[in-house]
Amino acid sequence: MPDATSSHPGPSGVGPSGLDTPETVLEVRDLKVHFPVMAGAVMRKQVGSVKAVDGVSFMVRRGETLGLVGESGCGKSTTGLAVLKMLDITSGQVVFEGQDITRHDRARMRPIRRRMQMVYQDPFGSLNPRMKVAEIVGEPLEVHSVPGGRAVHREKVAKLLDMVGLLPDMADRYPHEFSGGQRQRIGIARAMALEPSLIICDEPVSALDVSIQAQVVNLFQELQERLGLTYIFIAHDLAVVRHISHRIAVMYLGRIVEIASRAELYAKPLHPYTQALLAAIPIPDPEVEAGRLQQIITGEVPSAMRPPPGCRFHTRCPMAMDVCKTVDPPMHGLEGGRAVACHLHG
Amino acid sequence: MGAPLLSVRRLSTEFRTERGTVKAVDDVSFDLAAGETLAIVGESGSGKSITAMSILRLIPQPPGRITAGEVVFDGQDLLKLGDQAIRAIRGNRIAMIFQEPMSSLNPSLTVGLQIAEPINLHRKTPWAAAMDKAAELLGRVRLPDAKSRVKSYPHQFSGGMRQRAMIAMALACQPQLIIADEPTTALDVTVQAQILALLKEVTRAANSALILITHDLGVVARYADRVCVMYGGRIVEAGPAREIYARPRHPYTIGLMASIPRLDQEAGQRLVPIEGQPPNLAQLPPGCAFAPRCQRAADVCRRERPPLAQASPGHLSACHFHAQLHA
Repeated sequence: MPDATSSHPGPSGVGPSGLDTPETVLEVRDLKVHFPVMAGAVMRKQVGSVKAVDGVSFMVRRGETLGLVGESGCGKSTTGLAVLKMLDITSGQVVFEGQDITRHDRARMRPIRRRMQMVYQDPFGSLNPRMKVAEIVGEPLEVHSVPGGRAVHREKVAKLLDMVGLLPDMADRYPHEFSGGQRQRIGIARAMALEPSLIICDEPVSALDVSIQAQVVNLFQELQERLGLTYIFIAHDLAVVRHISHRIAVMYLGRIVEIASRAELYAKPLHPYTQALLAAIPIPDPEVEAGRLQQIITGEVPSAMRPPPGCRFHTRCPMAMDVCKTVDPPMHGLEGGRAVACHLHG
Repeated sequence: MGAPLLSVRRLSTEFRTERGTVKAVDDVSFDLAAGETLAIVGESGSGKSITAMSILRLIPQPPGRITAGEVVFDGQDLLKLGDQAIRAIRGNRIAMIFQEPMSSLNPSLTVGLQIAEPINLHRKTPWAAAMDKAAELLGRVRLPDAKSRVKSYPHQFSGGMRQRAMIAMALACQPQLIIADEPTTALDVTVQAQILALLKEVTRAANSALILITHDLGVVARYADRVCVMYGGRIVEAGPAREIYARPRHPYTIGLMASIPRLDQEAGQRLVPIEGQPPNLAQLPPGCAFAPRCQRAADVCRRERPPLAQASPGHLSACHFHAQLHA
């Protein structure tokens, strides 16, 4: 049953630190999402499949932020959508708040959807231009028939707008009247309307101007502290992910190649791909950059339709050995919940 | 020091919009020496791309119009040239690289042909020889299988390969200046690093000057010699990259640096955002465009537009209080 005892916005209840062992909100086990590739105009048949997510396992604890990073095609967004059951899961398990939702149909997902929400990258495309802000933010309340009626909903919307730093008189305006950062606040208010326990944020700041990104990142952090929210934060910007996440999973071609706490991952990245990603990010300081070894890996991410045999990263790995070309390295658990899939750390 | 390769003086570019005339670029001046890399940094609407397009007179007209200024390139004011004369410079002595290689490449022509075209056009090199040169250029930008890739079409390339092809095309006539407008924004992190390193390497080898237009302060720190920071259509701070990062002298630059997370800083601290929104160019305040978001703003800032003045040798700031911002 959903624990709907807390009513936010309001004073925070028991935060993650108030519990001895934070409960697991989400557990994903060996998740696979394969898309069929069809060919032929008349005799349509499947000629292959894109293994967008190909055996991904992780868990998220209440009150924490798990960062999912990787380059295009790594499966980070697909993983997010699969957890929300917005696309078909090929195999594996998604357990949310103790309930296996992998095979839930639409009707059984309805109460779950209230507890799991999404914030999208594009603050322009994800808001209906014909709806007023109050309608956009209040729509989830209507759709899920939250009791109380118009007046109560209206009051709730006002509280939500206030919570994300928008002014009350903005409720009656349309999305086009807002800047990118303000629209993302509207998207966050909408995601918060049903008091979810898990919010999946898919590149939520990458479309925003640099000076606005920090405002939205801070808002995410404040809401988490006040309401004990759990986030999956999907992004390609490792500096932003490091800033906001407690733990981070690095993905490459449909797999998690390394998962570790923030401190461990950035202090001592183990997987050569994690190392390459970190080396590719310039640090905004010319003095630091001048003294940095610039080891840039070659090549681009191969097609997810034909991932390389063995370790998927071996075609670009500066440390690839013979075994890497044939044997797919399993995820190897290390101390402190850290894990890496690399033959160097087997 | 001799005359700069490029000298932009008091450049202004306007656009006519439904909401009135907008000054997208307002009184912008800077110099660029041969072989130098200058970064123009700013957010959307800051005027950085319009500045670049104004240099090559690529502003769609109407609604745009260059209303004032000079763009002196190698002794010639490009704004006074006739259409034919400016076309002889574009893609020849000044080349441009855009953010979206897919929309700047012709999808129906082979990549080789598109690289060979400016060589044939500007250098009068026969087509066969120009195609050989195209293959050589693709090799120089380290495109795998360059020889056979000459016959490929743009859609057969990945994003990174297309941007390599764009760089090859830019290099075709050994330009003295390359203008790259957000050349890697659409690319993956590791490919972005490859392409920028390549761009820097080939421009250095050819002693070409480079104008790098970007919103990414990390990219600027890694690749630029000098920086112009733009805000609301104007340059608010300019100087050597090291100097600007070590001692920023404009509140906007200072604010930007405090608002971005860095990989080499302690994690978990709150970012310090710049409050408010980027300015609406149609409704710029009479004084400093940054004043509504500036914590240090005083009456004078809301009243008078601060001139771009010397804060220290070679370091310019358009802030009434630049002298007090010395950290």
